[in-house]
Amino acid sequence: MKYKVPTTVDVMKTTFCSGCGQGVVNRLIGEIMEELGTAEKLVVTTDVACGAMNVDFWNFDTIVGAHGRPLPTATAVKKVRPDCLSLAHLGDGAAYNIGMAETMHAAIRDDDVFALVLNNCVFAMTGGQTSATTMLGQKTKSSIQGRKVEVEGKPFHIENALSGMDIAYLARGSIESVPSIRKTKQYLKTAFEKHKNNEGFVLVEILTPCPTNWGMTPVESMKRIKEEVMVEYPVGEFINRGGGK
Amino acid sequence: MQKVNTDVERCKGCYLCIANCPKEAIKKSGKVNLKGYEYIIVDNDKCISCGSCYQVCPDYVFEVN
Repeated sequence: MKYKVPTTVDVMKTTFCSGCGQGVVNRLIGEIMEELGTAEKLVVTTDVACGAMNVDFWNFDTIVGAHGRPLPTATAVKKVRPDCLSLAHLGDGAAYNIGMAETMHAAIRDDDVFALVLNNCVFAMTGGQTSATTMLGQKTKSSIQGRKVEVEGKPFHIENALSGMDIAYLARGSIESVPSIRKTKQYLKTAFEKHKNNEGFVLVEILTPCPTNWGMTPVESMKRIKEEVMVEYPVGEFINRGGGK
Repeated sequence: MQKVNTDVERCKGCYLCIANCPKEAIKKSGKVNLKGYEYIIVDNDKCISCGSCYQVCPDYVFEVN
């Protein structure tokens, strides 16, 4: 078999919306865990959001953290079980709105924890409200005229917020096309290797679609990521600190 | 042996595979699965086993040989 979905994530049929990006990201995590041989060591802390449904769909040990704050739980997991890989599975709402303080302080302390942020520009599970990363002009349930600078401010960029901080790795990928998915897998694998070597705080943001809350078809959503979202949020590696702390 | 195995009961009709197939080997089948989604069908004669459908599918419909 040339391409076979990893058994760690192929447990049962998922209940995500049609075209949701979580399935692709989960597959990338499963493939990397197989390649590194660390599937048994991974402990994932998910947010109370769409990502929490992953409890049913993968074979990794999973904790559902407090609402918007999986990062402190993931940090604690790493401190009490240093042999484990500790992944905090977040959305943009959890990482940059509700759990902003936790994200910043994990970065300031340079904790040995992996923050994976799936940025779909809305609070998806709660029905599509404005988040910190909602695009200017984007219509959501809480910005029905479109996001405006004078009301909701400008979109939040994590690479600006963490620039100059002494952390191990910061990158942003996308899953809008096959080349982007392959590139994103490289970022994730680099991040997992750094986390495995206890090099410090690692954050990877992935631009994912939310066709349900964007009011688009999945194919239109991917086109929007390519033409609008990736223009606002450029992909690439922003911080790649060599060696340990 | 078929180049691509499909589990169409997993399909949710997002059609990202159709948009990303470089050989236009995937199309809508005209039939619906148990969930009520119109699933896809692969033309194995056109398929080159590139794995693009496997890469973009969020619901693990495809396995490429």
